[in-house]
Amino acid sequence: MRLSQGGLIDRAKPLRFSFDGKGYQGFAGDTLASALLANDVRLVGRSFKYHRPRGILTADSNEPNALMTIRRAVDEPNVRATTQELYEGLEARSQNAWPALGFDLLGMNDLLAPFLGAGFYYKTFMWPKSFWERVYEPFIRRAAGLGALSKAPDRGRYDKAFAHCDLLVIGGGPAGLMAALVAGRAGADVILADEDTRLGGRLLAEREEIDGGPALDWVEEATAELRALPNVRLMTRTTVTGAYDGGTYGALERVSQHLASPAGHAPIETFWRIVARRAILAAGAHERPIAFPNNDRPGVMLASAVRAYVNRWGVAPGKRVAVFGQGADAERTARDLRAAGVELAEVITDRVTGTNGRLGLEEILVPDGDGARGINCDCLAVAGGWNPAVHLTCHMGARPVWRDDLAAFVPAEGAVPGLTPAGACAGAFSTAACLSGGARVAGAILEDLGLSAPKPDLPEAEDGGYTITPIWHVEGKGRAWLDFQNDVTVKDVKQSATEGFRSVEHMKRYTTQGMATDQGKNSNVAALAVLADATGRTIPETGTTTFRPPYTPINIAALGAGALDKGFAPERHLTSHAASVARGAPMIEAGLWYRPSYFPAPGEQTWREACDREVTMVRQAVGVADVSTLGKIDIQGPDAGKFLDFVYTNTFSTLKEGRVRYGLMLREDGHVMDDGTTARLGAQQYLMTTTTAAAGQVMAHLDWVRQALMPGADVQIASVTEHWAQFAVAGPKAGAVLASVLDDWAPGDWPFMSCGAVSVSGVAGRLFRISFSGEQGYEIAVPARFGESLFRLLVAQAEALGGGPYGMEALNVLRIEKGFITHAEIHGRVTAFDIGMGRMVSAKKDCVGKTMSERPGLSGPEREQMVGLKPAGSVKQLTGGAHLFEAGARATAANSQGYVTSVGFSPTLGCFLGQGFLRNGRARHGETVRMVDHVRGVEAMCEVCDPVFYDPEGGRMRG
Amino acid sequence: MAKLIAKSPGAGLLPVRVGSLSLTEEAHDAITCVAPFQGQEKPVSAALKDAIGAALPGVGRVTGKAGARVAWLGLGQVLVLGPPVAPPGAAVTDQSDGWACLTLEGPGSRAVLARLTPLDLRENLFKRGHAARSLLGHMTCLFLRTGVERYEMLVFRSMAATAVHELTHAMQSVAAQRSGA
Repeated sequence: MRLSQGGLIDRAKPLRFSFDGKGYQGFAGDTLASALLANDVRLVGRSFKYHRPRGILTADSNEPNALMTIRRAVDEPNVRATTQELYEGLEARSQNAWPALGFDLLGMNDLLAPFLGAGFYYKTFMWPKSFWERVYEPFIRRAAGLGALSKAPDRGRYDKAFAHCDLLVIGGGPAGLMAALVAGRAGADVILADEDTRLGGRLLAEREEIDGGPALDWVEEATAELRALPNVRLMTRTTVTGAYDGGTYGALERVSQHLASPAGHAPIETFWRIVARRAILAAGAHERPIAFPNNDRPGVMLASAVRAYVNRWGVAPGKRVAVFGQGADAERTARDLRAAGVELAEVITDRVTGTNGRLGLEEILVPDGDGARGINCDCLAVAGGWNPAVHLTCHMGARPVWRDDLAAFVPAEGAVPGLTPAGACAGAFSTAACLSGGARVAGAILEDLGLSAPKPDLPEAEDGGYTITPIWHVEGKGRAWLDFQNDVTVKDVKQSATEGFRSVEHMKRYTTQGMATDQGKNSNVAALAVLADATGRTIPETGTTTFRPPYTPINIAALGAGALDKGFAPERHLTSHAASVARGAPMIEAGLWYRPSYFPAPGEQTWREACDREVTMVRQAVGVADVSTLGKIDIQGPDAGKFLDFVYTNTFSTLKEGRVRYGLMLREDGHVMDDGTTARLGAQQYLMTTTTAAAGQVMAHLDWVRQALMPGADVQIASVTEHWAQFAVAGPKAGAVLASVLDDWAPGDWPFMSCGAVSVSGVAGRLFRISFSGEQGYEIAVPARFGESLFRLLVAQAEALGGGPYGMEALNVLRIEKGFITHAEIHGRVTAFDIGMGRMVSAKKDCVGKTMSERPGLSGPEREQMVGLKPAGSVKQLTGGAHLFEAGARATAANSQGYVTSVGFSPTLGCFLGQGFLRNGRARHGETVRMVDHVRGVEAMCEVCDPVFYDPEGGRMRG
Repeated sequence: MAKLIAKSPGAGLLPVRVGSLSLTEEAHDAITCVAPFQGQEKPVSAALKDAIGAALPGVGRVTGKAGARVAWLGLGQVLVLGPPVAPPGAAVTDQSDGWACLTLEGPGSRAVLARLTPLDLRENLFKRGHAARSLLGHMTCLFLRTGVERYEMLVFRSMAATAVHELTHAMQSVAAQRSGA
């Protein structure tokens, strides 16, 4: 029921919303929970396991019962009504009830409760085993559970972002505000984060005075002052969810869920990574319920929540409210109810032994002589004492410390490096203690950071002591609930101890206490107390379970923000990209690069037709391919030759200027890292080419060699991969194409493996007479700005000569025909010996990996050596990844003699060709082996050959 | 004979304007990587100073002004953003076409970058004349602070489309949040 006055709501701004299809009205400033209570909606959900009717228990983010599904672009389940701000048109649905909240057929689970206690699943659903996944699990999942995902993909926008500060203040209550004021005034970069919509913490919910005026006035002043400081950043609706190494904190900002119509491109949520030199945890404390029989009836609430609804939202959570608890909290609750004009039934300081009511509280039972007496009330405010919110201090492995005087755990000292607790989360519960604690901790941190802070004038505030004799649970007839969200009772915890699960971690898993999305914020300490009692230990002896991030649940979409669709990985585009796509070339990914697979011609139905045509085109006329993806590393300096001699197995210091040489590079463990050509551009300048796949790896390796292995060498390396667009022009008519685009150029001046500067239609470029196809081949390079233009020009000129562009598929077939290798062959487990290049490891000098490559077992007849393969039986197909066996051997793993690494159909030779590795393969040329592809179900007899199928003398390439 | 046609890395992608934020392409005369050989830092610095009025910067710094800047790039390497240079005593490589140079400008530009890079770009820490290598989304990037609310970013040319996509996305988000709630 809405009170006639009071509260931080805007009564001039009514908002319509619906719950389970029924329309209601609330006000701006309401949460969904306060608006429901204002409309006398007490039954808001059904419990997880027993489908018990449940009502709102809290007024903040640790709410276990009021979890709802909110209608959004994609429905969001398990939203806590206590933190969901009301907006015009909000639609909420209850969860876990069928057919309706008021009449839930699965409520029959509650009648079966004697059979459904802790450990029930483990004992009951063991047999027969085959039923577990097919019968029991689907049944249990249907019966138990909370909201369900819509299963529609969430296309909403989420952000991830970074923030940096000197001091992160976590929590904007009195301690946090005071700390932020002290640090902000001293000039520190401060971030003040609070999960609520406005700053103030408990002060928003209490009737208190600060400096002789309403506490809210002080909150407003403090907020205004902080807002005016340029070095202070206020982040409301932002929950700090985790503490991590190096002063890094995770935080979730709710950006749009409180808006009826969010701004166009604004994200739904932003997940922040805040890096702070220091942090103050001012997270406050959570009031705890008391476990008494049937304490879960809608209408039973935390006393702090009752006060929050009355004071902050102007809502009476009941018509006649009773209070159960001791000391200041009970008195304060009674006082606030009276002040708001709500009828106070009675304050019970001893025991409540039961409750009655259908779908909501109608009566509580208290002891009366030998029996019990009923008290009529529709709301019971329970004050069971406070638990400091120590959660974040436990995120890096620390355990909290028990304090007998508070009957609660407080943070251990130094629990998270750089983070200091202050205020209620440090066990200082009065407002005055929070204000002074926040100021003191901030002052110490500022000093630590080398900033001077004047001694702050501390505002005057309430400084009542906190004394507590905790009531953990009340014996009586009926179940006493500890964990509302997971339906765990006092009896379950006792049973766990009886059955031998006496360790707190075992109890947690046996009963599921504390394993729901609230992580047991309402129940952990009480459950520990019950377990301690049942096992005859103290609470500190019993210990605690572990709090882990996140403090409150985070949408996975927020953690994955930015990785959707094109955000998943960068795309590297060639300068010829648009031209290739325009020709209909399907692009395939090579690392991050996109390369044309083939260029379909009119009438071609399959990629094979295009590939065969392109291969033939290169062999008979001329082809053009963009090879800019290969790594290009410029190496300069007096020691450049010496440097290359050390990273390559063969010698480059002797290479003449204007010449190119093929080189092989080993890893430090002696296996092949990469291969490619390196050109000598000048006396002290080389240009190394790497494979596309290993460009980054080789660059990192060269950096490592230069800095760590040859620190004295005077050599500089720089990647120029991106600067040059480079195209292979290959085929018998390659010279003619080049002559048409190069100024003053004649092929006769450019012998095989030569290189040098050329003028490309007036543009300074480079030319390399190298070939990866086995034909007369050139690679021509121009600055990338001219790449697209040159590609189009080369293709046009080639087409005039019966040639054209060729893609990756044809490139692959051409090199297989020629016996050249790629990273399919040098896949990381092969040595120079294996690929037949053992003699390229120079005996005259040392190089990276040489010594390790000489280890026993890395060469010799036992090694699987590279061979060529040709079909030799009725099956004409070869497949990559197939294994090789002796002709008569069974195709088992133990009999495997090797494997196939690359295959392709050669239109030149009219059959499939393959490359592979075969034990002692070089000695077995001419032998017939059996190829078996267990995955694709292909089996073929193959002839073992030399890997060079085409033009083994190399006449075409050199000619 | 045909003339080759030049295209900039941002051709067809830029400029992008979202609210008061703009993303534009920066055109430098040349981008030259200069890496002094051993013991040559001083003469190389003097030669650069002579040639374009900007000396070798320290780690994480930029010297010179618009049109002739020298930006720290990494261990013993700088990028000269300006006229082509070839100081003796250094490994010099022309990288004019290797980089997409993007300038983000306008109120909220720091908030845009906060969505894409872990760098601490706070006003008093990443000042004008500062340079840093870090990530822009998943891409390596050289960041330069070139104005109060102005940052230049150099990413691989081949990744220009992705960089523009990521930055536009972040610009839209920031603009919406600044105009909205």
